[in-house]
Amino acid sequence: MYTEKVMDHFRNPRNVGVIDNADGVGEVGNPVCGDMMTFYIKVKDHTITDVKYQTFGCGAAIAVSSMISELAIGKTLEEASHLTNNMVAEALGGLPEQKYHCSNLGADALHKAIEDYLSKHSDTLLKKENKQGINTTNENGREK
Amino acid sequence: MKRTYFDHAATTPTRPEVLETMLPFFNQQYGNASSLHQEGQAAAQAIERARSQLAALIGASSKEIIFTSGGTESDNTALKGTGVISKKKHLIVSAIEHHAVLFTAKAMEKMGYTLTVLPVDSIGKVDPDSVKKAIQPDTFLISVMLANNEIGTIQPIREISSIAREAGVLMHTDAVQVVGNYPVNVEELGCDMLSLSAHKFYGPKGVGALYVRKGTPIVAWMDGGEQEHGKRSGTYNTPGIVGAGKAAELAMNEMQERITSVKKLRDYLLTELPKRVEDIRINGSLTDRLPNNIHLSVRYVEGESLLLYLDDAGFAVSTGSACSSHSLKISHVLQAIGLDAVASQGSLRITLGQENSREDIDRFLDVLPKVVGDLRAISPLFKSKKQEAR
Repeated sequence: MYTEKVMDHFRNPRNVGVIDNADGVGEVGNPVCGDMMTFYIKVKDHTITDVKYQTFGCGAAIAVSSMISELAIGKTLEEASHLTNNMVAEALGGLPEQKYHCSNLGADALHKAIEDYLSKHSDTLLKKENKQGINTTNENGREK
Repeated sequence: MKRTYFDHAATTPTRPEVLETMLPFFNQQYGNASSLHQEGQAAAQAIERARSQLAALIGASSKEIIFTSGGTESDNTALKGTGVISKKKHLIVSAIEHHAVLFTAKAMEKMGYTLTVLPVDSIGKVDPDSVKKAIQPDTFLISVMLANNEIGTIQPIREISSIAREAGVLMHTDAVQVVGNYPVNVEELGCDMLSLSAHKFYGPKGVGALYVRKGTPIVAWMDGGEQEHGKRSGTYNTPGIVGAGKAAELAMNEMQERITSVKKLRDYLLTELPKRVEDIRINGSLTDRLPNNIHLSVRYVEGESLLLYLDDAGFAVSTGSACSSHSLKISHVLQAIGLDAVASQGSLRITLGQENSREDIDRFLDVLPKVVGDLRAISPLFKSKKQEAR
C-alpha cells in the first residue's frame, strides 16, 4: 500500500520532537479526521534552521511530517512557503489515493508555523533581524 | 521473523484436513453436481454429505441449508429474498450490523422499503424492548447479528426471536463470526434464517450458507439455473462446499477445545494488558462476548500506525480507525457504542485462534508497550495530556 520511502520515514521519522523556545508553531488537523500535526520552527536570518513536530495519525501522516521537516530545514522562509503538499507526496514516491486529502497536511502545518513566526516578527522582519527565545508553545492550545 | 496471526475474525487458515478433502474435487471428481451422469452424481453426493455436516453443526436439518458464496451473499439473500415476496415493506436491523446487512438494508430503503436502525448501548447490545417498540404492522423482517465482528458482543437473539415470532415477523441473524467457533443451535436461537461463512472456521474462502427454517417464504434474488431447489442459482462450488462440510465436522469435534484454548489466552491477555500499557480501555461486553475477541482503545495513538508497527514486529491485528478504512470513516460500530474520536482512532482488535499459544501472547505483551510508547512519544495528544496533569 505504501512506498518503501513512506515506510522508511514512517518507521524512522526524522526530526521528531518539540522545540521549547520555537520561533513559530503551526497546528493542523484534529483527532476526528484522524490526523493531527504540530510543527515547531527555529528561524535565523530568514532561514529555517530547525524543524520539529509531533504527529498523531496514520503511516502517511507520520511519513509526511518527517519528509517536510527534511525539506524545510535550511530553506529560507520564502522558499519554504512555496513547498506544497504535493511536493511532499512526490518526495515520498507518492501516497495511496485516499491519503492525499486527509493525511497530506505537512506543508499546511509548516506554513502555519511560518505565519505564526511572521505574525510575531512583522516589525523585526523589515530590519532583517532575528529574535530568538520567543516561546509560543504555551499560547498554542494544543489540547484538542 | 516469526509471524503471529491475531486476526481470526478477518479470516482463518484453511486446515490441512479441509484442504485435503477438497483437492480431489478440482480435477478428479470434477463433475457438475447438476449433471445426471456418474461424474455429476459423485459431486452431488459429496455436496449432500457436506450439507448434513453443516446442518449438524447448527442443529438444523439438511433441507434447511442453502449453499452460497459466503456471508455477504447469505445476508443479501436473507434480506432481499424475503423482501421481494413480502407484501410488507418494513425491516429492522441494528446499528452495528456488518455492512453486508446494513448496506443491503440501506439499498432496499432506496428501492422503496422502510428501515429502522436500532441503536445499541455502550457495550454494543441491542435492547430487546427496543425491537418490540420498533415493530410495525408493515414489518416483515428483523435482522440482528448473533455476535459483532469488531467488538465481539453477543446479542440476546433468543429473546429477539421470540418477540419476532410473537409479532409474526421473520427473524434473521448474521452468525458469521460465531458458527464453528462457539456453539450455535438454530432451535435454541429460534431464528428463521442464519448466515454463516466457512472461512471463519478454518474452511475455504468463497463458500457459506444460509440456514432457512422450513416454511420460511423466500425466493432467489439472483436468477439462473435454479440450483438449491430454486433458491440459489449458480453452478455448485463442489470443492468449496466439501471443504465447508469438513470444516464443520472438525468444528463440531473440537468445539470445546477451541473455546477453552482461546478463552484462556484471551483472559490472560485481558489481565496483563492494563498492567503493561497505561490509558487503554477494553471495549464491548466483558461477559457476553466471543471467547476469542479482544477489542481495545489505545489512547493518543492512531490505529493504522499501531497496526503497521505491530506488523513490523511480526503481529497481524486489525483496527477500526478511520485512516485504515477505504471510506476514511471511523467504524460505524465504534460510533454506535459512543466511543470518542481519540478512543476510536486508537482502536485495536485482536482475535485469537486455536493455533495461537501462550508464547505468542507473551511476545505480544513485550512488544505492545514498546510500540505504543514509540507512537505516543511522537503524539501531540499524549504530550498535552501530560501537560494537563502537571
